[in-house]
Amino acid sequence: MRSTMKTIKEKHSFVMRWTHWVNFPILAIMIWSGMLIYWANDEYKITIFGHTFFRFFPDWFYHALKIPYHLSEGMQFHFLFMWFFTLNGILYILYTIISGDWRELVPKKNSFKEAWFVLLHDLHIRKMAPPQKKYNAAQRIAYTAIIFMGLGSVVTGLAIYKPVQFYYLTWICGGYHFARVLHFALTIGYVLFFVIHIVQVVIAGWNNFRSVISGFEVVNETPKTVKK
Amino acid sequence: MSAPEKKSKKELTIEQKINRRNFISFASFTVLAAGAFEGWRWLYKSPEEAAGGITAGARVPLRRALNQTELIFRRVFSPNHLVKTYPKSMAAKHVRVNSDIGVEAAKKFDPATWTLKVIKKGGEVLQITLQELMALPKTEIVYDFKCVEGWDQISHWGGVKFSDFIKHFQLDEYTKMEYVGMETPDKTYYLGLDMPSAMHPQTMLAYEMNDKLLPLEHGAPLRLIIPVKYGIKNIKRIGTISFSNNRPKDYWAERGYDYYSGL
Repeated sequence: MRSTMKTIKEKHSFVMRWTHWVNFPILAIMIWSGMLIYWANDEYKITIFGHTFFRFFPDWFYHALKIPYHLSEGMQFHFLFMWFFTLNGILYILYTIISGDWRELVPKKNSFKEAWFVLLHDLHIRKMAPPQKKYNAAQRIAYTAIIFMGLGSVVTGLAIYKPVQFYYLTWICGGYHFARVLHFALTIGYVLFFVIHIVQVVIAGWNNFRSVISGFEVVNETPKTVKK
Repeated sequence: MSAPEKKSKKELTIEQKINRRNFISFASFTVLAAGAFEGWRWLYKSPEEAAGGITAGARVPLRRALNQTELIFRRVFSPNHLVKTYPKSMAAKHVRVNSDIGVEAAKKFDPATWTLKVIKKGGEVLQITLQELMALPKTEIVYDFKCVEGWDQISHWGGVKFSDFIKHFQLDEYTKMEYVGMETPDKTYYLGLDMPSAMHPQTMLAYEMNDKLLPLEHGAPLRLIIPVKYGIKNIKRIGTISFSNNRPKDYWAERGYDYYSGL
């Protein structure tokens, strides 16, 4: 006779959960204070062939979030929470290296091809998803990319924060102007990441969500029949 | 036979284990989230610095953080780290005028009657004319001027290196002090600079812009060009220079900005 039984399957370590949730409010504060700073010189827009499609940001957006005339406040918050953002990121990276979890996270040779199938599967175009371990190929790419984005934010941030003392960083980032563009673009990237991330978490369901808080998933296992 | 009563603790069922771990983790998560939220509220609602101090306009803990961060980045500061310079041809012809505090057009000011005043020990005042300054070796710089607002502009300035000025007027002993203070003749704009930044080899007392004498709106007859600081520290129309071991008063530091404002 065969029957299924619930078992606890460990998924996310304590450090992974901790750094993930700590990062959430910190990043929110960094984005908000960053907008207070950006407002003082809000020159970026999407223009193609002379036609401006979108201006960062429209007035209604600024006013809804009470952004105008808070430059000094934005700088105060930004240059305090930058420390927590950086330290939390360092903790996460060190942990993944020391624990060996990076093996589950970095893309493999076939990840880029597989990620395409994952996407097709998620869009209900393809029935079968490629086999995966802890993370699928698209997750491997996304979760590795987001770490490089975080690193990019720190580097481009330092490049515009101390462009004389860290002149080499400014140079690596393509100069003061371009570093500021990159710093801004990365932030837009976080927002896009966040939107997709939330949608995926909702679709993945409760068991998956819980594992990022309590660390485990509950799986139904079919135990091997043991002859008595 | 004595029954082993101690062994009464039963092994938890899988269901109990799941519930127990869920409870512990969700409870801690909620407590920590509430703590973080309270911490944020405390910070966001914390009182502002008392008005009338050297710094003002920021919440007390945030000002403390700015000052601590200054100490960290002061360690990174090196007079050997130079701002990037550009060829003259890249300098802006129309140099942005972003502020006229202390140099308002409505205020009567005659550059011809101007002298630079340097306050020395014991209240002695050294008066220096523009001609005296122009007789000193002239240095020029074409660099990317950076505003705290986020814009920048490549501009071309000429004048006397601040360190040359110090040497020539035998003010060396004052460089052992911590700060330099500067203010406009009408005392409405003023600032303080840490000595290492003031003595940085690219800091200059400028009297020329684009090879011509400074226009009034750019701070004629003499302004500060200090590439290791944001524009707010590049005071126009310097009236008085002083030295101190305490932070001199600073217009924008009284309005929520970082006192150091170093780049």
